[in-house]
Amino acid sequence: MPVERTIENIYTLLEDVKDPEIPVLSVRDLGILRDVTISPEGKVAVTITPTYSGCPAMDTIEREVKEKLIGEGLDVEVITKISPAWTTDWMTEEGRQKLEDYGIAPPAETTADKASLFAKAKVVRCPRCKSEETSLISQFGSTACKALYRCDDCLETFDYFKCI
Amino acid sequence: MTKEEALYEYLIRLGDNALILGQRLGEWCGHAHQLESDIAMTNVSLDLIGQARMLLTEAGVVEGKGRTEDDLAFHRNEFDFRNNLLVEMANGDFAQTITRQFFFDGFYYHLLQALKTSKSEFLQAFALKSIKEVTYHRELSADFVVRLGDGTEVSHDKMQNAVDLLWEYTGELFEMTEADEILMAEGMVPDLNEIKALWEKDMIAALEKATLSIPDTKGYMASGSRKGNHTEYLGYILAEMQYYPRMMPDAKW
Repeated sequence: MPVERTIENIYTLLEDVKDPEIPVLSVRDLGILRDVTISPEGKVAVTITPTYSGCPAMDTIEREVKEKLIGEGLDVEVITKISPAWTTDWMTEEGRQKLEDYGIAPPAETTADKASLFAKAKVVRCPRCKSEETSLISQFGSTACKALYRCDDCLETFDYFKCI
Repeated sequence: MTKEEALYEYLIRLGDNALILGQRLGEWCGHAHQLESDIAMTNVSLDLIGQARMLLTEAGVVEGKGRTEDDLAFHRNEFDFRNNLLVEMANGDFAQTITRQFFFDGFYYHLLQALKTSKSEFLQAFALKSIKEVTYHRELSADFVVRLGDGTEVSHDKMQNAVDLLWEYTGELFEMTEADEILMAEGMVPDLNEIKALWEKDMIAALEKATLSIPDTKGYMASGSRKGNHTEYLGYILAEMQYYPRMMPDAKW
């Protein structure tokens, strides 16, 4: 007889599913995990929203969500929903802190005043020495979600999780 | 033409643009002039391939014949592709690649802005999601166009050559067919003449800033993709892209 599951319990279990490219962040921290429902028959439906269209981590995340819950003896279905579109605003405060501790600068602003053509540079704090004297090297970094910055004080380069 | 057929045509058009341009940019992997550009080109490529996957999957659903994104990407022939001639043009030098990108990004950005209010649930969701990525693409290409155009004598000349070569492939981006008429009447897609006006304004402003001039084509613009007539470049790109899935049709990642 399987153990009785609650929705909160499922969310807690999914804390173990991390972004394969940023292993300190769980799917919950990233705001990818949008909804969990349990049908009267006990079938679990997990709704996830992909980050970038071409993000190769999404397939892995979907598989790991399934594996985690199947491993707990659950009947699970993963639903991918693109609307409303994922935004960095959904990242939790805890997630932002974990990112900075890991050496990646968290998104600096909300998406509202997103850069347009020839926009001014935004202030991004160096995750190592916390200096705000930093400059953008490239809007396109090691993965689709990151830009590459350099700290003008400690001279280290670092990743910045850019806003979308 | 039914509404479904019109929507299929429209989705294929968008999907093929993203797929072919994504494939073209992917050719830069390991070949760009500096690591940052190399990574930027492949990042943009990845976004576009991801968008192509969503669009072609949806096209398959709308078509209702059970075709998947893979069937549509790898098992259609040249004359069934509906991407614009602009995106299949060869990479050439970096000036040519970035100019092609700049022309396309400007068009795609305004098209997606308009599709954000589409009455098609899918097109609306797709536009709201993809515009975030395309905003970054457009920033990158516009920035390079200005930097290289208003750069050294050599970079300026290379950029001007690229603009002269590619300009006549831009008119086709705004051509409309019966599918546009049907979907416009449903409030699902915008009038491309309106997109063209926005696009032209951006192009004139940025090219002027880049000290580049728009060539006089005497009104001539290349045409053909809406009917499946392509340049000689598409065959080669498809041959490379489709070779493996056709040789091993049951292969899975």
